[in-house]
Amino acid sequence: MAEKVLMKGNEAIAEAAISCGCRHYFGYPITPQTEVAAYMAKRMPKIGGTFLQAESEIAAINMVIGAAAAGVRVMTSSSSPGISLKGEGISYMAGCDLPALIVNVQRGGPGLGGIQPSQSDYFQATRGGGHGDYHLIVLAPASVQEMAELTVRSFDLADKYRVPCMLLADGTMGQMMEPVTLGQSGGGTAEKPWALTGTGMRRPHNIINSLSLTPDELERWNVDRYKRYAQIAANEVMYEEYLCDDADVIVVGFGIAARVARNAVNSARAAGIRAGMFRPITLWPFPKEALFARAATAKAFVSVELSMGQLIEDVELAVRCTRPVSLCSRTGGMIPSPAEVLAAIKAAGAAQKGGN
Amino acid sequence: MTKNILIAGFGGQGVLFTGKFLAYAALLEDRQLSWLPSYGPEMRGGTCNCSVIVSDEPVGSPIVTEPDVLIVMNRPSLDRFESAVVPGGEIYVDSSLVDRKVERTDVTVHYVPATALSTERGFDGIANMILLGSVIEHSAVIDKKDIPAAMAKVVSAKHKDLYEFNIRAIELGFSC
Repeated sequence: MAEKVLMKGNEAIAEAAISCGCRHYFGYPITPQTEVAAYMAKRMPKIGGTFLQAESEIAAINMVIGAAAAGVRVMTSSSSPGISLKGEGISYMAGCDLPALIVNVQRGGPGLGGIQPSQSDYFQATRGGGHGDYHLIVLAPASVQEMAELTVRSFDLADKYRVPCMLLADGTMGQMMEPVTLGQSGGGTAEKPWALTGTGMRRPHNIINSLSLTPDELERWNVDRYKRYAQIAANEVMYEEYLCDDADVIVVGFGIAARVARNAVNSARAAGIRAGMFRPITLWPFPKEALFARAATAKAFVSVELSMGQLIEDVELAVRCTRPVSLCSRTGGMIPSPAEVLAAIKAAGAAQKGGN
Repeated sequence: MTKNILIAGFGGQGVLFTGKFLAYAALLEDRQLSWLPSYGPEMRGGTCNCSVIVSDEPVGSPIVTEPDVLIVMNRPSLDRFESAVVPGGEIYVDSSLVDRKVERTDVTVHYVPATALSTERGFDGIANMILLGSVIEHSAVIDKKDIPAAMAKVVSAKHKDLYEFNIRAIELGFSC
């Protein structure tokens, strides 16, 4: 077994990307994700890869488009304001059916916001972020180990379905160190017959393009893409459940919020309250069937998040409003404390007792 | 057993380094751990802090809000975090730099004149390691036998002199 090492979450992303064959990184520095770029800058030249600090986030994402079109594993990373800048390019990648990894180590917003951790890009990530009919596969790590594992998985999913994938982390996940075991996952083995690698005079030209001025053709492209999205939703949903089987109150949260929620659930259990935690790992596709199944026995849900209330909308949709969903959140770079989450669990439980 | 440790001081005092040393020692002991730095503008000269959790269980939130062990290297840090320490917890104070006493009576306090000692013994700038020695002596955070190996992880082999320096500073802290 590989050795356990201590690494920052941001470094784990970079090392995992390299381990699975990513040899092209384009980015622009921004707190709190700069260690990804710094790591790539150090390592890529030594292994024959390309690290390029672009003149802007917009330039970087367009370099990603070029490399992805040529069929190589490629990534970029940024934090919230930088991801907004990349929005146009991400939409183009979705329209061109190009696989790549985009990492967002979120910070508080809107605007330039702050530099402390946040989850307020949930809507942007799960609804696409740019213009047009499309989705990204969005994965939300909750440990440094998952920062590594989900990076590899993102590349694999991106190649498998020809879609851009987003790893949605936050400042704490990026900056914290935890023990991590890094596997050697080889590299992408996906065939890419569509890639622009030169015809060698043996085949017709491949064309990577998102422009169609013929409405029925553009409609067909979109409908075909949504058939792939349906496959992704059917096959690739990931989540973690903690003490949910007999839970009266289920806390829903991802990333750092789920880590805080776990403490609160343990305290609630110690106080005799049957609480559990449901952690979506894929934010898109959202694990809505699994969460709906929990609504059969749980009496109330609490959405814990670092935003003014974004995840809560997917929780309400998933449980189809059959159970009350309350919000426990902080924003602007603040993080709910385990005590705040515990209070929300107690309030949700008490409201249900009173209501019945 | 879980120990929630919060280390706080000015940027440049080795707050993050101290945390990193503890994290590596815990890793060598094959325990669960997390290390979370403050990463704001404070790390470039203002106040700075670092959460370290060492546990036999998987670590939940990596943010230490209620420390079992608080290490403070300046007055603003004591003012900010004194009330957060759990009852029965421990506070380690660099008494050369903090010009007041701890007001809490339900915690154990160790006053270590770490900065004065470090200057006096020619260990300038490693008051953090003297404080850490006191923590290792009094609080069962890590095993003393892991000190050399953990130090080798955080001080590069190129700086053998610094390695020795740090080890001796920790040993000096044992008696504080």
